[in-house]
Amino acid sequence: MVWNRIARTLRAGPLTEPAGAADEATAHALAERLHAASQARLGRSLAIRQVDAGSCNGCELEIHMLNSVVYDLERFGLHFVASPRHADVLLVTGPVTKSMHDALLRTHGATPDPKWVVAVGDCAIDGGVFKGSYAITGGTDSAVPVDLTIRGCPPSPAALLDGLRSLVEANGR
Amino acid sequence: MTAAEIIRAAPTTPCHPWPRHVLPGQSWQAMADALAADPLALLALWADAGHVHALFRDGADILPASTAIVGGAYPALSPHRPAAAWFERAIRDLWGHQAAGGTDSRPWLDHGKWGQTAPLSTRPAAASGAAEPPEFLPVEGEDIHQIPVGPVHAGIIEPGHFRFHAQGETVVRLEVRLGYLHKGTLALMRGKSPRAAARFAARLSGDSTVAHSIAFARAAEAATATDPPPRAHALRGVMAEIERIANHLGDCGAIVNDAAFPMLQARFTWHREAVLRATARAFGNRLMMDAVIPGGVAADITAEGPPAILAALAAIEAEHGELARLAEDTSSLVDRLVSTGTLSAALAARFAAGGVVGRAAGQPGDLRVAPGYPPYRTLDVRPALLTEGDVDARFRVRMAEITESIRLLRALLASLPDGPVSITLPMASAEGIGWAEGFRGDIWHWLRLDGGLIAAAFPRDPSWLHWPLLESAVRGNIVADFPLVNKSFNGSYSGVDL
Repeated sequence: MVWNRIARTLRAGPLTEPAGAADEATAHALAERLHAASQARLGRSLAIRQVDAGSCNGCELEIHMLNSVVYDLERFGLHFVASPRHADVLLVTGPVTKSMHDALLRTHGATPDPKWVVAVGDCAIDGGVFKGSYAITGGTDSAVPVDLTIRGCPPSPAALLDGLRSLVEANGR
Repeated sequence: MTAAEIIRAAPTTPCHPWPRHVLPGQSWQAMADALAADPLALLALWADAGHVHALFRDGADILPASTAIVGGAYPALSPHRPAAAWFERAIRDLWGHQAAGGTDSRPWLDHGKWGQTAPLSTRPAAASGAAEPPEFLPVEGEDIHQIPVGPVHAGIIEPGHFRFHAQGETVVRLEVRLGYLHKGTLALMRGKSPRAAARFAARLSGDSTVAHSIAFARAAEAATATDPPPRAHALRGVMAEIERIANHLGDCGAIVNDAAFPMLQARFTWHREAVLRATARAFGNRLMMDAVIPGGVAADITAEGPPAILAALAAIEAEHGELARLAEDTSSLVDRLVSTGTLSAALAARFAAGGVVGRAAGQPGDLRVAPGYPPYRTLDVRPALLTEGDVDARFRVRMAEITESIRLLRALLASLPDGPVSITLPMASAEGIGWAEGFRGDIWHWLRLDGGLIAAAFPRDPSWLHWPLLESAVRGNIVADFPLVNKSFNGSYSGVDL
């Protein structure tokens, strides 16, 4: 049965959706910031380490979809890695809880330079609905400097893809 | 007297739809002792400033029971209900009440980082609570080594710490330490109207945003004696079944992927994406965040919604049988799934485990067949039930539930009642309990309104009862199978960290 499916898949071609151009304005703005931040070029490939610093897991569900056949993140040179030591980008979700603050700092510290931080979702931008809670320190930038934000509750995979591709484009310039 | 008889003999205070029994201290102690020889199921344990509250299930009947805190303490339930231990630790961390005679007094949600202790008590103390590093249960034996994992994990997953004690490759003991995601949700809900607090219920666990929102809304509706319009009930049913299918597709994919069979996962995630896109067309948001509100639903389904949903369902149905057979016929997959992470029926019963975890281990509980849960009354829900209790059984229960939810969705969409989709809740000072069957299992919400605003609330995610069972199910398995067992349980971290 497996071989039948493989044969069918080969005949039908990939299911991955074609992608348009990356967001030019965002890429341009990012390129200037990245160049200022680092002289080192990583080429058009970025390794991503995802860190949930306090999310409700909604953002994680949509980030997961980037790895599905529909979006196929790796065709853009982007891939998720298992350790911050292998990463160029930290993809941070959620408000930063006080109990995750140290873990986020240490993850950031373990990521080699040059590195970029992307704050994903409304909570990661400024704490979102959890703003003012005794148990959080705020958005991602309350713990580590942020280079790019992607809004939404949660952001759709398409929005995530747009943001991350801007980062690759900017990095390649 | 049985524990249930002791509870029923106590005077009641109004709580809808079940009056809450307030037990004098000695009755609570007698009830706690009676639990030793009594199968009464403990569903939840929580507190407010002056009382500790328990929710029990006695057959088909639900029994809320409380006792006053005396001298900062209450008699513990954990000696005869191990599931109570995590609740008792959370109560101590959040409200400062001690469980006298409890089996575990280590901190739980409080990692010593809040700058205060007992944040939900009337007077939180400005001090740091628990000290790091946390204390883990000792393990003795030859060649035992520890493997600390987390809070930041290797995958795209919520943070938590897993402490393995292993002998060679075999897990001798797993301890799960959570609390990293504690966002202070209960404190944020207080003083808000149910409409405003619904945003927090929707974000207790993003994957169950619909189910938690429904359970919370039903608690507020019970307290205010409000019944949403029939169309709202039907649309909530539509949303809940979509959420179930989407999550089961994701979980089935995650399970086979952890058993190194990504080809099957590709198909599951393909269908999941189709369902989420149809959902966005129907309700304007892929996960239906904030779509359910107290009094009904936030907006009606769009005209293009039902055909989009039905098309996604038809595609799943057309391939479902083949995907199930592929899983059953692939020996490498069967080898990993069958007899891995086995949960015994006795333990599942003792922890009153609901949902997929319970139904894969012989526990037939499904709130959708319970009375008083529109819109399921007329739909004749047929829950899946298996007895093996292993990863394979949890996979197959999910597969069966996808099929059943497709049937329910078609029935719901074919007979959507006309009329409004919400009504306004009156201001009230009252208590209510709401419930919903989420994709993980039974969700319970309790709240007390004072002048229309939330004075106290507690949400019980099914994961409260599933996490301790995961600790048990993984024992004796090899460390490398832990991700597989963990995915098959799929406990919510955020849902219990509050």
